[in-house]
Amino acid sequence: MARVRIDMKAGADLDGFRKALRALVRDGVAPDDVVFAAEGAQDLFGEPFVGEAPPVALPRVVTRLIADVVCHRDHERYGLLYRLVWRVLHGERALLEVASDPLVCRLARMQQEVRRDIHHMHGFLRFRRVVTKGGVTESETEGSGIEDKERFVAYFEPGHFTLVAAAPFFTERFANMAWSILTPDGSLHWDGKELVEGPPARRDPAAAGDGFEEGWRTYYAATFNPARANPKLMAQHMPRRYWADMPEVAAIPELVSSAPARVREMIAREAAASPKRAPEKALQKMREDRPKSLQDLNALIAASEPLVSGATRAVLGEGPLNADIVFVGEQPGDQEDREGRPFVGPAGQLLDRALAEAGIERGSVYLTNAVKHFKFEMRGKRRIHQKPSVSEVKHYRWWLMAELEFLSPRLVVALGGTAALALSGRQVSVTKTRGRQEFPPFAGFLTVHPAYLLRLPDAEAKASAYRAFVDDLRQVRVIAGKRREAA
Amino acid sequence: MDEKLATKLGILADAAKYDVSCASSGAPKRKAGKNGLGATAPSGICHAFTPDGRCVSLLKILLTNYCLFDCAYCINRRSSNVPRARFSVEEVVRLTLEFYKRNYIEGLFLSSGIARSPDRTMEEMMRVAKTLRRVHGFQGYIHLKAIPEASPWLIEEAGRYADRLSINLELASGASLKTLAPEKNDRTITHAMGQMHERILEARDERRRFSPAGQSTQVIVGADDVKDAAIIRTSARLYGDYALKRVYYSAFSPIPEASVLLPAKAPPLRRENRLYQADWLMRFYGFSADEVADSGEDGMLALDVDPKLAWALKHRERFPVDVNCAEREMLLRVPGLGQRAVERILTSRRHQKLRLPDLARLTAGLKRALPFLVTPDHRPVSLIDRLDLRQRLAEPAQQMSLF
Ligand code: SF4
Repeated sequence: MARVRIDMKAGADLDGFRKALRALVRDGVAPDDVVFAAEGAQDLFGEPFVGEAPPVALPRVVTRLIADVVCHRDHERYGLLYRLVWRVLHGERALLEVASDPLVCRLARMQQEVRRDIHHMHGFLRFRRVVTKGGVTESETEGSGIEDKERFVAYFEPGHFTLVAAAPFFTERFANMAWSILTPDGSLHWDGKELVEGPPARRDPAAAGDGFEEGWRTYYAATFNPARANPKLMAQHMPRRYWADMPEVAAIPELVSSAPARVREMIAREAAASPKRAPEKALQKMREDRPKSLQDLNALIAASEPLVSGATRAVLGEGPLNADIVFVGEQPGDQEDREGRPFVGPAGQLLDRALAEAGIERGSVYLTNAVKHFKFEMRGKRRIHQKPSVSEVKHYRWWLMAELEFLSPRLVVALGGTAALALSGRQVSVTKTRGRQEFPPFAGFLTVHPAYLLRLPDAEAKASAYRAFVDDLRQVRVIAGKRREAA
Repeated sequence: MDEKLATKLGILADAAKYDVSCASSGAPKRKAGKNGLGATAPSGICHAFTPDGRCVSLLKILLTNYCLFDCAYCINRRSSNVPRARFSVEEVVRLTLEFYKRNYIEGLFLSSGIARSPDRTMEEMMRVAKTLRRVHGFQGYIHLKAIPEASPWLIEEAGRYADRLSINLELASGASLKTLAPEKNDRTITHAMGQMHERILEARDERRRFSPAGQSTQVIVGADDVKDAAIIRTSARLYGDYALKRVYYSAFSPIPEASVLLPAKAPPLRRENRLYQADWLMRFYGFSADEVADSGEDGMLALDVDPKLAWALKHRERFPVDVNCAEREMLLRVPGLGQRAVERILTSRRHQKLRLPDLARLTAGLKRALPFLVTPDHRPVSLIDRLDLRQRLAEPAQQMSLF
């Protein structure tokens, strides 16, 4: 006969069980000598048992199991759990791994039932919008002048004591709403900051749905495919116990009963043999929808969000539309971003000088960038240039190629590796392949980016690199000239 | 909700219901900030089931069912006589938020007919996602059905706001695509899938947001005469080449206003089911596409038994296996043992020798598994050679009945 009786609170009494467990373990009370009594239970033998004791170290999986199983409605749950703990502490440390053990098997099933119940609550609970005066109840605020507020209220009947365990889902998800969940075991109220527990509730027969319930039923009915009707499967997944509080369920009987007729009709209806029209119209439309001019394209680019971080605005290409040569840089820099024009910063000024020395008039060429936005990172008050990644360059490629199609230049000059990547679609080494290139469908040329010259540390290297750059530009002038004559 | 909106909702939900690739799983875990609404659950949540046994987890609608195209299998095709409607961006946003707040849905699955032009349509879809995220701080799930013909920059932008982008292949062979959807072409579609895959990988490397839940696709079964084996191999290729998260199979349903090119008969639900099982074997049970495809006859999966059982019956020489020492790979191939059961067997047997009563506690499929396994108290030598084994294990081979 039981030596010890422990009185548990109604519902999922995790704290009570923890406290009892500690004391029982300290005193070495065997499972057969304990009775866990539900609140108010009478006629039980044994000494009522209380006491404070130090925590008990248990494997994590066991504490998880306890937290879940205390929510179960089975009144034997505490006794079973204590039995398990006893065995774990007496040599069967890995007991939970023995899934074939009858006790483990039973507890695992209970755990699963609790989890499924929580999951059902997450899915099948329905809020209704109600307008209240300010707070939780109307009487509290009566005459207080607090404004009308919307509140979402749900009534739900969980299969187990899972209300509190299911709550984090709702606080995370409906963080900025005021809501209440009412159940026969208790209620929860959330105001956007705090979760308050309240007393058990009953379904309010007078609670009216709001305007969206009807819309939801319309949706629910429309999304059902009569050709696949399978109400058995539905009932398997959505147990009937929840139906009373789900607004869409009202549509079910009609959907099920009309399904065979709808299918027969669908199958019987001979196709209204509509002649298939040619696809030209759609394809034409697609072609038309592409930007029709450089101006259209630029408007599109300007209106789009940057695909790199930083950037305040798009910097568009600049120059005569019939230019023989198009220079493609990497991306706008700090000054370009502020002014909204390409090649106006220090690198741009260096390019100007080199162009002049090579005998190319800046006003006669078109200047643009592979990436249309300035990618940067803030360091204190400074905007530090960030190299665009390969994929970012590729994302901008569509715009660049569309831009070049409108310009159809005789020669496209890539300034630096990023531009070459954008034009060719693959990584290219500037030092190895400097000079003539093909950037299909355009004839191309690859040289360094003027910013590279600015970064060289020693003066001599800088001077010789600059001379090489000017030489490249001279070649560019010659090639472009020959191509013009040939055309 | 006003009546006009409700009418549109009816039309545009009806038109979207044939798309099945709409689970809400796979998004990175998120929750609403202080002023936001919504969260994602890693494995998705079903909020209701319709009488066809399918789960409702997302608001699945079309932006519009006007379409410039004329794909034969599609109810929205240009030449179909269905009532047409179109939502504004704001209407879709509002419906999503209001339904979400009532805990009806996990988020939005938005698809569209191609109205006006691919780009305009894609742009509006993108704007729906952007408005939800930017203006309303919405953290729920968003899946956009990308329009392969739209400009890449639009798809790129859409990927910043959506959890998943997908492109439907619809038909498993280029040839049937040609007859049934002459304006589409498989190269455009696979090309778009390839690009999408590349972007997803790059974005992951760069910790940039782009369709974090990956991409999926849908294949319609039974609208053409493509065999199961071909479909399975196509899927294997899609999983391999584009790292698709899921390939969904949809038995072709008779649709109102069907085109004359299509069979007018009930959808082959059993076949669809078998394809899902086959798919599952490839993704979770270590079967190769060829093994699965060859488990049937003439390139079609068996209808009377599931593909795993069909494979086992064809390879009886590899059974029975000993529950207490067989490797995981082989246990997974035992009909009746699921992944979970196999895991539990593996951990349990480290502690004790498993006998039949132990096994009964570990799996509900023991009866089916019996002919294929050995325990200290069970040895089915004769059973495995029985000629009538198939009949004994098979389900009746008819189409699932409607009621
Ligand atoms: S393009 Fe899409 S919506 Fe239009 S007919 Fe084809 S499948 Fe249907």
